[in-house]
Amino acid sequence: MRFTVGAERRRRPRRNLKRRLTILAFMSPWIVGFLGFILYPMLATLYFSFTKYDLLSNPIPYGIQNYVYMFTKDPDFWIAVRNTVWIIVWGVPLQIGLSILTAWMLTKPKRGMKVYRTIFFMPSLAPPVAVALAFLFIFNPETGPINVLLSHLGWHDPPLWFYGRQWSKPAMLILGLWGIGSTMIIFLAGLLDVPRQLYEAADIEGASGWQKFRYVTWPSITPVVFFSLVTGVIYGFQFFTQAYVSSITVAGVTTTQAATSVGSPNRSLLFYSVYLWQQGWGNFRMGYASALAWMLFMVTMVCTILLVKTSKRWVHYAGGGFR
Amino acid sequence: MLTAERQMIRLPDGRSIAHRPLSPAERRRRLLASIGTHAMLIATSVMFLLPMVFVIATSLMTDHQSLTRELWPRPFEWGNFAKVFARIDLLRFTWNTTQIAVLSTVGVVVSSIPVAYALSRMRWRGRQAAFLLVLATLMLPFQVTVVPLYVIFVRLHWIGSLKPLIVPSFFGDAFSIFLLRQFFLTIPDELSDAARVDGASEWQIMTRVIVPLAKPAIAAIALFNFLYNWNDFFGPLLYIGTNKHLYTLSLALSEFRTVHHVEWNLTMAASLLFMLPVIVIFFLAQRVFVEGVTLTGVKG
Repeated sequence: MRFTVGAERRRRPRRNLKRRLTILAFMSPWIVGFLGFILYPMLATLYFSFTKYDLLSNPIPYGIQNYVYMFTKDPDFWIAVRNTVWIIVWGVPLQIGLSILTAWMLTKPKRGMKVYRTIFFMPSLAPPVAVALAFLFIFNPETGPINVLLSHLGWHDPPLWFYGRQWSKPAMLILGLWGIGSTMIIFLAGLLDVPRQLYEAADIEGASGWQKFRYVTWPSITPVVFFSLVTGVIYGFQFFTQAYVSSITVAGVTTTQAATSVGSPNRSLLFYSVYLWQQGWGNFRMGYASALAWMLFMVTMVCTILLVKTSKRWVHYAGGGFR
Repeated sequence: MLTAERQMIRLPDGRSIAHRPLSPAERRRRLLASIGTHAMLIATSVMFLLPMVFVIATSLMTDHQSLTRELWPRPFEWGNFAKVFARIDLLRFTWNTTQIAVLSTVGVVVSSIPVAYALSRMRWRGRQAAFLLVLATLMLPFQVTVVPLYVIFVRLHWIGSLKPLIVPSFFGDAFSIFLLRQFFLTIPDELSDAARVDGASEWQIMTRVIVPLAKPAIAAIALFNFLYNWNDFFGPLLYIGTNKHLYTLSLALSEFRTVHHVEWNLTMAASLLFMLPVIVIFFLAQRVFVEGVTLTGVKG
């Protein structure tokens, strides 16, 4: 029973105090975690971003020089930005589109749906390092099955994939699309939630397949599309492991020498997070890495806010808003 | 038309009603549609399975054969898997990875339950604000906190130990808190109220009423966290660094091919061994995964 009446509350000050302490105790792991592992580090990152810091000596005040360098002098920064934008612009829509397509296929069969679902879903759980190595092998130019098949089909000069700068990003894209399973599962749930009567009504009206998708299915799944867009963009900026493993394998180096070769071949896989790692943990430019991190944070924020702003125009919540 | 040929529709209460019989044309149309659907699904399945087939096939090739363009092993070299164990200390890396994954999972579960409880089943001023803050941290790129955290762990002399990968988990995980809260909200208030009338404390209500009812959600966050830590690469790369004794499977595998100068067959065998526990867990708990993923996306 909850006592919300004022008089009732005043009569039990001790109980009220105990209640507050209980809430505080329950919340305490998160409060400590938020202050210690999020708020303090965020502010410290902001501070470091205005310093020169190599971890060995104390941070040296550096004004806005890190940011000036980033925008005006650092050629690698823009390469990293361009590569990251490329993978997001191609990857996120493709991921969403193919997730909807495979989820839609899964709603069709009367039997066997679970078997197919398992096959589509499982790759998304595989360890990224193992997946990266698997795709490096499958797409390796010499003996990889893909190029063996392509040359059988008459393509005698097949792409170098991860080993050449022209095809490394498309290869990375294919690697990413293999793991669309978890996005697909969310869309599948969304599709199965669409009330059957809506389709029946559309059938009676004589709607075509496309019209049914456009006016019945699409509005119902826009919240899921929105969710996948936001998480896809955020995840895109953080893309790291697959690119790192691919680069060190292609360059033939170990983790200790990785800093010199991340982004290989030819910096074509130098994504934003990879570059940040290289600056911070390869070159020990922690101040510059902090500036890169803070920049990333602001860009992520702006993208999220823009998406939320436009979402009002095209996202339909059945319940009429955020629950 | 005979009754036996009629389609029967079973009502929820067990009765059946006869449905309008299908015309032969309609039946043929449905059969074709069904064949089309399965053809599409099978083609897609092949695309999803093919990478795994190539990996498995290559992991069974001899050293010599893996240098050729052949796609199918001849003969099957089962010894490759034993060779991986001989080449690297796989047991040690598995033990390190297991320690991180299990302890972090325990930490996240233990610390996130009370927070989610307070955010969903107790009323207090600022609750909504606190929840929005949790949601906001969910969107936060980890890069923006990682430099100072690294500095802290350097000062604590934790770099080159497993601690930086385990200890933070004991302070709640935004995603798990979010998922648990969503689930806790679906449990009727009357259950807690009944326990309160009986004089139960909030702690007792949480542990005796809510937690038993929320087992599916707790299983889901436990699985997600286990898997996340099992697969994680960036954390171990930063914090374990070059201490080979504490390498996780991800770290060991990432430089396996370069360091040990091995051919693709052993690399693929090692990758398979790394994936194996994930595959086993998936088959044991597929429903938990599917329900958990669904809970994250739709209820948001």
